[in-house]
Amino acid sequence: MVSGTFTSVIVLLIILFLFKEGAGLFNQTPMEKGYVVAVNSSNPVSELSPAQFKDVYDGKIITWKSLGGNSDSIKLFRVDDITSYYTEEQIGSNFEHLGECISKLVQKTPNIIAFFPKEYADSSFKGKTINLKKITAWSFVSEKEWFPTAQPVAQFGVLSLILGTLWVSLAAILFALPLGLATAIYLAEIADSRVRNILKPLIELLAGIPSVVYGFFGLIVIVPMIKNIFHLDVGETALAGSIILGIMALPTIITVSEDALRNTPRAMKEASLALGASKWQTIYKVSIPYSASGITAGAILGIGRAIGETMAVLMCTGNSAIIPHTLLQPVRTIPATIAAELGEAAQGGMHYKALFALGCILFIITFFINLSVELISSRRKGGKNE
Amino acid sequence: MNKIETQNVNLHYGDFHALKGITMSIVENSVTALIGPSGCGKSTYLRLFNRMNDLISNVKIEGDVLVEGKDIYERGVDVDELRKKVGMVFQKPNPFPKTIFENVAYGLRVNGINDKEFIAERVERSLQQSALWGEVKDKLKKSAFELSGGQQQRLCIARALAIEPTVLLMDEPASALDPLSTAKIEELIYELKDKYTIIIVTHNMQQAGRVSDRTAFFYMGELIEADETKVIFTNPKNVRTQNYITGRFG
Ligand SMILES: Nc1ncnc2c1ncn2[C@@H]1O[C@H](COP(=O)(O)OP(=O)(O)O)[C@@H](O)[C@H]1O
Ligand SMILES: [Mg+2]
Repeated sequence: MVSGTFTSVIVLLIILFLFKEGAGLFNQTPMEKGYVVAVNSSNPVSELSPAQFKDVYDGKIITWKSLGGNSDSIKLFRVDDITSYYTEEQIGSNFEHLGECISKLVQKTPNIIAFFPKEYADSSFKGKTINLKKITAWSFVSEKEWFPTAQPVAQFGVLSLILGTLWVSLAAILFALPLGLATAIYLAEIADSRVRNILKPLIELLAGIPSVVYGFFGLIVIVPMIKNIFHLDVGETALAGSIILGIMALPTIITVSEDALRNTPRAMKEASLALGASKWQTIYKVSIPYSASGITAGAILGIGRAIGETMAVLMCTGNSAIIPHTLLQPVRTIPATIAAELGEAAQGGMHYKALFALGCILFIITFFINLSVELISSRRKGGKNE
Repeated sequence: MNKIETQNVNLHYGDFHALKGITMSIVENSVTALIGPSGCGKSTYLRLFNRMNDLISNVKIEGDVLVEGKDIYERGVDVDELRKKVGMVFQKPNPFPKTIFENVAYGLRVNGINDKEFIAERVERSLQQSALWGEVKDKLKKSAFELSGGQQQRLCIARALAIEPTVLLMDEPASALDPLSTAKIEELIYELKDKYTIIIVTHNMQQAGRVSDRTAFFYMGELIEADETKVIFTNPKNVRTQNYITGRFG
């Protein structure tokens, strides 16, 4: 009782800490400190998202039209470019006129977008400074690009990471469920007790192997295999991660489904057999439907295990933060991202906070998974009394 | 004519000798009651005829069990086919967690029958035979679990009848039911015996007396005596039968 309360309090504190750190990311602008973005005062555009600005900066967006302005092309100005517009004399040997020059340049170039240190955008500056949109919970989960160290604006969009995680985990279940269910059926309905007594502990042993060992196995066996079979340049793909995760989820799926199958009342099976149904018909028409909720719970628990898994996927999936379209592309999952980047992120910085926010998302996903397992198994208990 | 015969049947559960050299005949289109104290092997004997004991590991069966003259424990016997011919009703009602209709249709479907009209017709007829049709005809799509215990048991009888067996095994079919439901089941047995060979296990002496034509008394794995019911009840040859009948033990 006391220890239960104690544990709950600790867990609650950890969750609070996670969310507090994560929430620090929001309402900030991911712009390099001390810099501003400005445009000509006639330009209708007054706000850009971090992603839009990065695309402008990288030359991927080249007209104002796509940013809500007129159809002019975009003229990007970085402070280093100043020498191509003004002579050293005009700027001054100690850059004392730099501010004026930038102001003039911005004023006479309608299609300009200028990126320069804040100190030159003082009260005499004639251009219009642009607001970079703040990071919100929505922009965090809906933006695609994850590039927390990008210059001059870091990109904190985790959609590709969320999708990568779900994609790899769902594919893992697609492999693991048929195999796990078949094994569970074999153990529960077909194997005699001797075989079962050997196999069952072996399968449970699988659950105890450290995930880095699975990762290692994936790296030296599965990854090269996929590379050869599909003639890819790199074998580190979503598929490799899914297969490894599928193997890792197997013990959960097998154990939970087997339990559920064995819980099918003997009377139901006997009723079916006594009506001339074959053993397989009985498994298919009685045992599986009867234990459907248990099997579902097993599958969801397996997904839960796969979603939170870090090491093995980190080693096998190639870790590129792109939205995957096929299983043969590299992907990056949330746990792998956190594990790989937390060491490099400056403590208290945006990157650091963004990783905590990612942790919150992972927590929310697994929370709902566990909740659904609870719901399914409570419904099962409710439905069992005839 | 004898529908079923057992010749010197011995059954072991592991080391436990549960049936000891049973030789007995069961007459076609009659009701045979198996009586005896709890644990004497009635259920075990009954489950010989549809090979339900096969499901238990460690069972060893010797001797001949002939159904319609054929040894059903011979190599190559199709057990699923046998079970279509020899239907069974269990002690506790055990409908499937399906609709009333699907419960009765189950045996037809697993036997590869898909013709909707045929199935509907057979379901109705079976429910009529088990005297349940009037009570359920408006709620065939409802779950079987919504029925009372007595109705569930009659549903299980309908389910067994739907595949037109010729033998019906009933293992204490009314022991879990109230007196009114019990009376209905007994009435049903009486009506069914024209067409079916029925073997019923019961621990209820009055019931055996009311429904059966022949009665067999088992004691500790042995068949003590089998004869016409009225002979067993009025003039048993064996003293143990007499003691049991008169309630002196068991
Ligand atoms: N699966 C089994 N394994 C071992 N012993 C069993 C099994 N089923 C029944 N028995 C034993 O066989 C004897 C006969 O059982 P059963 O046929 O069920 O008796 P009855 O139906 O007359 O009460 C009992 O002593 C019982 O304990
Ligand atoms: Mg019994």
